[in-house]
Amino acid sequence: MSADLPGTLASVWFFLIGLTFTIYFFLDGFTFGEGLLQPFLAKNEAQRRAMIGTVGPFWAANEVWIILGAGAIFAAFPLWYGTLLTALYPMFALILLALIGRGVAFEYRAEMDNPRWRIFWDVTAFVCNALPAFLWGMIMANMVRGLPIGAGGRYGGGVSETIDLFSVMGGLATLSLFVLHGATFLLLRLDPAGDLHRKARRAALTFGAFATVLVLGFVLLGFVGRELFNAFGLSEWLFPALAALNLGLIWLALTLRRDALAFAATGLTIVFSTATIFVSLFPNVMPSTLGAAYDLTVVNAASEPYTLRLLSWACGIFLPLIIAYQGWNFWVFRRRMQGRDHAEDGQMVYGQDGP
Amino acid sequence: MNEIFGLSTLDLSRFQFATTSIFHYFFVPFTVGFALIIAILQTMAYRSGDLRLENLTRFFGHLFFINFAVGVVTGIVQEFQFGMNWQGFSNFVGNIFGVPLALEVLMAFFLESTFLGLWWFGKDRIPAWASLASIWIVAVGTAISAFWIIIANAWMQNPVGFELQGGRAVLTDFSAVVFNPKGLQWFSHIFTGGLTVAAFFVLAVSAYHLRRRHNPGAFRTSFKVALLVASVGSLGVLASGHVQGQTAIQDQPMKYAAFSALWDTPKGVGMPESLVALPSNALRENRFEISLPYLGSFLAFNNFTEKARGINELQAEYEARYGPGNYIPWVWPVYWAFRVMIGLGVIMLLVSLIYVFRWRQGKLDDPGRLYPVLLVMPLVPHLANFSGWITTEMGRQPWIVQGLLRTQDAVSPLNPLWVFVSLTAFWVVYLTLIGLDIFLLTRTARAGMHEPEVEAPSLPSPHYLSEGARP
Repeated sequence: MSADLPGTLASVWFFLIGLTFTIYFFLDGFTFGEGLLQPFLAKNEAQRRAMIGTVGPFWAANEVWIILGAGAIFAAFPLWYGTLLTALYPMFALILLALIGRGVAFEYRAEMDNPRWRIFWDVTAFVCNALPAFLWGMIMANMVRGLPIGAGGRYGGGVSETIDLFSVMGGLATLSLFVLHGATFLLLRLDPAGDLHRKARRAALTFGAFATVLVLGFVLLGFVGRELFNAFGLSEWLFPALAALNLGLIWLALTLRRDALAFAATGLTIVFSTATIFVSLFPNVMPSTLGAAYDLTVVNAASEPYTLRLLSWACGIFLPLIIAYQGWNFWVFRRRMQGRDHAEDGQMVYGQDGP
Repeated sequence: MNEIFGLSTLDLSRFQFATTSIFHYFFVPFTVGFALIIAILQTMAYRSGDLRLENLTRFFGHLFFINFAVGVVTGIVQEFQFGMNWQGFSNFVGNIFGVPLALEVLMAFFLESTFLGLWWFGKDRIPAWASLASIWIVAVGTAISAFWIIIANAWMQNPVGFELQGGRAVLTDFSAVVFNPKGLQWFSHIFTGGLTVAAFFVLAVSAYHLRRRHNPGAFRTSFKVALLVASVGSLGVLASGHVQGQTAIQDQPMKYAAFSALWDTPKGVGMPESLVALPSNALRENRFEISLPYLGSFLAFNNFTEKARGINELQAEYEARYGPGNYIPWVWPVYWAFRVMIGLGVIMLLVSLIYVFRWRQGKLDDPGRLYPVLLVMPLVPHLANFSGWITTEMGRQPWIVQGLLRTQDAVSPLNPLWVFVSLTAFWVVYLTLIGLDIFLLTRTARAGMHEPEVEAPSLPSPHYLSEGARP
């Protein structure tokens, strides 16, 4: 890290962007997970609604974090923004279409009391949760692995360069992690006496196993096969090790039926995995496979100091506010959904405060 | 490789940008005006304690919700495609353009999505004053959002507060960007335009129910509120549009000339204004034209002698300044979209004034012979917006950033196949969305609100059951 101000400020911004992505994966991760688990856990309309209701008040605000993440890259690292989005164009186009489909499914599903209408939206929601959950992993894998980027951030490759075992493994890792995270989120939000809660725990145990294997597989592929994550120096094993340790913790928490601990642990796994990606990238933002001269770095891809200072002021003022009112939102809806979620008549019964 | 069906990556990317922007703009201005109307109605309900009004806000809130989600999700596309399709643009202006974009997210998006959720799902979990505050925060959030995005767009039309360094624009004075005169005029135009979109929708829905004597007490209130908003909106949109047209002569003279299909700088005293014309870019003149003498000078300069420069003179000047090339936008769509936009604006003002007059006569309960017109009116502001974007965005071509960066130099080096595939996908998805949106809005609007006796303001539709529980 260089000592001069532009380099330092740009580095700060790189890690702020990493933080934004971490928060995004943490928050939208459980939204994707809930959507992916729905067809497998809910066996009637009442249970489906109960599951949707767990994320209903949150999903829109969760999604804003990726808009912030992308906006921050655009403003702070324009070169990175253009290169990343152009090189992985088909993936981002699919993510955008999926985010549209998911949001609309959330809002429109219940607008009509018609089984075919609902099935249409349920299918849409499932596909549109699966695509980003998988593709975000592929994108992260491509980002750390590097792409054939030439002079001026011009991408010289095609689609085939973006798909290989490593990036597919990255996709599967995020997919399984988000499902796991969604399952532990459901444990927190659903009536602990209900049928759904029991099924969510079983799903969490299953996907805990999947996620462990896939995340470790991804890390090993990157670490051993491709000598990635070299930037760690002595602590190169720290983040992956912590992530793996966490997966162990999740199992423990699930077995001991400590719902809050399990959710915290799956959340931490996401936090450490995302941190691993960003820390290992630094000081690059996107390495080039054509040679180190073409690497996009925090210095050569960054905006001018004046822009970065402006952005810092804006974030300094507004981020604490955002975290405060978003926190309040979660506080308002902190109660578990109490009800006979297994009721066959579609009627929900609400009880008093949760634990 | 470089073309698909004769279309280059540039053509396809431009078409995709136009598509996604115009479709997105079908949903967005609606939110801007609608949040304000709902906030006003809820304030009236809060102060009077009238249950009917409270039901009314939930009814319109439901309609708002149907539209809001689509506005949010289609907005994400807007941000991402700058990087995806316009890499050259991102590199060139990211320093500047990214800042208002980031501010929009920080100051508006989080506010809107969090507080709308609180307002809708949390009605029974937060005190009445907090619910009222939430909807006002949403209303202010939508306006802030519009402000920053317009500031960003205005910079592309009238770049200020920057200097060129190493082939890109670098921000030097942020306050110049924020107080860009173009941006401030524009914001008032966009904001008042947003008011008309929502106001004519609420007018139509209210008239429909007034006609059928459903809850006339409540719908009379929403009719009056919407009528005031529609009047202020149509007046404002015409006035701000007029000011904008006049300033375009200074900062985007080529665009102004295209508005009027003014090929040659007028000779003689005063500038005529063309009323009907068939402009031809190939001939660089109008195939046919009827114009009124002096009207052009009057509209553009408030006098009868001043003249704007014609397209051919400007083309010669631009070639001298920027090198050889074609600096003329495609004139006929700009010329006609400009006229359609103004015509529709005048219709909006007329309809508002007629109903203000009827209100003064005490005839509000009966929408009268203009009733069918009122039902069609919600389409009018949308068409005006559509024409407005065609006017302003096609009018500034070939520049993506006026005088600094041409659209052809801003496009990403993409395989046209991918852009073609994504463009097709966006068309399919967006057309479906618009269809569903109109279908659901009409259906919900016609169903009307719950009767006060039923007392189910928090349960307007089944899916909110899941979180709309009373403690």
